[in-house]
Amino acid sequence: MSSMFEGYGTVEPASPAYDEMFDGDALRSPYLRLRDSLGRMTTPELISRVEALQASYLDQGVTFDIGGEERAFPLDILPRVIEMDTWSTIESGVQQRVKALEMFLADVYDAGTVFEDGVIPRRVITTSSHFHRAAATIRPANGVRVHVSGIDLIRDNAGEFRVLEDNVRVPSGVSYVMTNRRAIAAALPETIAQHRIRPVAGYPQRLLAALRAAAPAGVADPTVVVLTPGVYNGAYFEHALLARTMGVELVEGRDLVCHRGEVMMRTTKGLAPVHVVYRRIDDEFLDPVHFRPDSVLGCPGMIDAARAGNVTLANAVGNGVADDKLVYTYLPDIIRYYLGEEPVLRNVDTWRCGDADAREEVLDRLDELVLKPVDGSGGKGIVIGPRASKEELDELRGKVLEDPRSWIAQPVVQLSTVPTFVDGELGPRHVDLRPFAVNDGDRTWVLPGGLTRVALAKGELIVNSSRGGGSKDTWVLAGHGDARQQEQQQQQQQVGAVTTSPEGVA
Amino acid sequence: MLSRIAESMFWIGRYVERAEDTARILDVQTQVLLEDAGVDEEQTCRDLLASMGIEPEDFPAALDIDHVLAVLAYSPASAWSIATALANAREAARGARETLPVPLWEVINTTYRSIPARRFEALRPPYVFQWVRERAALINGTADATMTRDEGWQFLMLGRSIERADMTSRLIASTTLTGGTGEQWTSTLRSSGAYETFLRTYRGVETERAAAEFLMLDRLFPRSVVFSLGRAEQCLDNLGDDPRRAGFQDEAHRLIGRTRAELEYGSLADLVADLPDEMERLQRTCAAATDAITRRYFAGAEAVSWKGVQL
Repeated sequence: MSSMFEGYGTVEPASPAYDEMFDGDALRSPYLRLRDSLGRMTTPELISRVEALQASYLDQGVTFDIGGEERAFPLDILPRVIEMDTWSTIESGVQQRVKALEMFLADVYDAGTVFEDGVIPRRVITTSSHFHRAAATIRPANGVRVHVSGIDLIRDNAGEFRVLEDNVRVPSGVSYVMTNRRAIAAALPETIAQHRIRPVAGYPQRLLAALRAAAPAGVADPTVVVLTPGVYNGAYFEHALLARTMGVELVEGRDLVCHRGEVMMRTTKGLAPVHVVYRRIDDEFLDPVHFRPDSVLGCPGMIDAARAGNVTLANAVGNGVADDKLVYTYLPDIIRYYLGEEPVLRNVDTWRCGDADAREEVLDRLDELVLKPVDGSGGKGIVIGPRASKEELDELRGKVLEDPRSWIAQPVVQLSTVPTFVDGELGPRHVDLRPFAVNDGDRTWVLPGGLTRVALAKGELIVNSSRGGGSKDTWVLAGHGDARQQEQQQQQQQVGAVTTSPEGVA
Repeated sequence: MLSRIAESMFWIGRYVERAEDTARILDVQTQVLLEDAGVDEEQTCRDLLASMGIEPEDFPAALDIDHVLAVLAYSPASAWSIATALANAREAARGARETLPVPLWEVINTTYRSIPARRFEALRPPYVFQWVRERAALINGTADATMTRDEGWQFLMLGRSIERADMTSRLIASTTLTGGTGEQWTSTLRSSGAYETFLRTYRGVETERAAAEFLMLDRLFPRSVVFSLGRAEQCLDNLGDDPRRAGFQDEAHRLIGRTRAELEYGSLADLVADLPDEMERLQRTCAAATDAITRRYFAGAEAVSWKGVQL
C-alpha cells in the first residue's frame, strides 16, 4: 500500500456511497496499475505535477465562462478507471436509449402512435415548454434528430450505473474529455504508459462524418459550420475546439444570413452557402422569426430554410421534449414500446408529482427526497430534502402544489466516489458520468469514457461546473487482459511454429 | 474566410504591432529623459502624448513620466496602453481561436495572462519594453512559422504593416518633437533595432537627415515607412482579385500606393522640412485605408439589426 492512499476514506464516517477505487481497504481491480504506478510518487512530486497541470490549462485557455468571468476548467490529476465489461454495458445501454429516443421523437413530431397506444399521455408532451410545433414539419435528411447526445449516468450505492437524465438538445463537455486526456498524458506519462486506454481523440472526425451524413439530399460536398452564441458563452472553448478539430468554420449569428430559403455565411468574398449547422444555441434563440423576436444570436429565416430542406440543423429543433425530466420517467416504457427490450441501464427511481398518489407520498417525505424541476438544467432549482431547512421545504411544498406537473422526486442517491486530490490530500469525492454518443444514421457510436464531473467540495452531490465542480480524465481500459492474451497467443503461435516443425521433420 | 475572422486577424496584427511599437517609442523617450538633464520633462511628456494621438484636454495639470507610463503602458483602462493593446489582441484571437494554430493562440494567451496576473505592471522600464518586444517577436515568429499563407495570414500581415507604418511615423514625430538632436535620432534608431544597420548603410556618417531618411524611405529596412507600406500593398494585391490592367479599383490600395509613391518620389528636403505634418498626413492615410479595408472585406460582419416582429 502506497503512502499516498493510506488512510483514504478512513477519517470520514462510513459513507453509504460506493467508492470506485476501494472496497473498504481492498483495492478494486481496475485500479491496480494506477495505485502501483502512483505509489512510486511522493506527495510533493504529485503536487508539483498538479501545479503544472493547472498552469497548462490556463495557458492553453481551457476555460469556461460563468457570468462573463473566464475560469480554467478544474481537472483532478487522479483519473477514473472503468473496465471493459462495465463499459460494454454502458455502451449498449446508451445506444439502446438513443435509438428509443430517436424513434420517440420521430413519433412525437409525426403520427403520435405512442400516445394512441397509451404509453405516455399526449398532454405530457404538449405541455412541455420544449415542444415546438415548428419542428413537426421539418423532416431530418437522414432521419436523425439526435446527432449528439449526452446521457448522464450515476453509480448508485450498489455500484450499478443508472441513468440520471438525457441530454439531446445541446449537450456540452466533450471538449474537456479530449483536453483532459492530453493534459493527463503530459502530467502522468509513466502511469498512462502502463495502461491500455481506449482513445478519445477520434471524436471530431466521428462528429464531422455524422454531420456530413445529415446534409440535405443532393449536396455532394456539404459545408458544415458550428454555430456559437459567441466568446461570452459558457461553452465557447468547446465550440472553438470542435470547429478547429473538424476543420470547419465557427460562426456566430451575425455571420449568417438567410437568402431565398438558404442559409449563407458572410465571407471576404461574398456570401457562401451552408448546408449543415451544428448549432450550439438553444431552440429559443435560433430564429427570431419563430422564437424569441429579440434574439440576435441566431439568424432570421433559419427554421424556414430547414423546413425547405436546404439546411440541416443538428441537433434537431424540438428535441427538448425528450429530455424533459417528466418524459424521462416514461423512458423505460418507451424503450419497451419501440424496441421490445428491457432497458439495459435502469433509471433512478422517480415519482411524478403530477400523479396524485405519488404526489401525496412525495409531500409526506419531502425531507428525505430530492425534488427537481422538470425543465431545469445544470442543477438549477434542485432541492435536496435532508439538507433543506423547514422554510425551504414549506416553500417547496407550495410550489409543488401550485404546479405539480413541473416537479419530479427521487430518493437521495449517494453518487459514487473516486479518490480526488484536494488541498494537498486525497479524499473521496462524488462523481457522475456523461458519455457522449454520435448518431450518423447507420450507427450510434459512443465515445469511450465520457466526461466525469466531480464535486470538489466534501460531501457535495451536485457536480456541475457552475457549482464549482471539476472533472476527471476517464479511462476505459481496452482490457489489459486481452492485450496480454493477444501477446500470449502470438507467443504461443510462434513457439508452436518452432516446436511443431522439428516434430514434423522428425 | 468569414468576414468576422478576417477582421479579427487584421486586428491581431495591428494590436501586437501597436504594443511593440509603443514599447519602442517609450523606450526612446524614457532614455532621453534619463540621460539628458536638460530636457523639459513636462514638455516631453506633453509632446509624446500628443504624438500618440491623445487630445491635450485629456492631460492632467501636472504631467510627468509616471503618468505617461500609466497611460501608454500599464493602465488597462487606457485605450492607448500596451496592456490594452495586448488584451485586445488576445480578445480578437479568442474570437478567431478555431482558425489560429494552437501554438499561436497559446503564445498570445500567455502574453496576455501577465496582465490580469499583475506580472506585467510589476515590470519596470526598461525591462518592460524589452519584455514587450520579446513577446511580440515570439508571437510574430510563431505566426510566421505556423500559419499557412492563406487569407488569414494576409490580413494579419496587412494589419501589422499598416500599424507599423503608422507607428514608425509616430516614432519619427516624437523624435522631432523633442528637438530632434543627433543623440535622440541615435536612440530612435537603436530602439528600432536599426542603429548598426544604419551606420553600415551610411558608412558611419550620422546626420539627422540621414536618420529620418532611413526610417522613412529605406527600401530594405523592415520597419521603415516605405517598406511597411509596400508590404501592405503586397497583401492587398494577394487579397484582391483585380486583374491588373489599369489603375487600382481598391480604395485602400489606391490610398496606400499613392502615399508610398509620394514619399519615394518627393524631395527629401521638403519631407524633412515639415516632418511632423508629413507624419500626421501619413497617419490619416493609414486610418482612411483601414476604413476602406473594413468596408470592403469586413462589412459583411456588421451586426445584423433585427427589428422584432409581432407574431
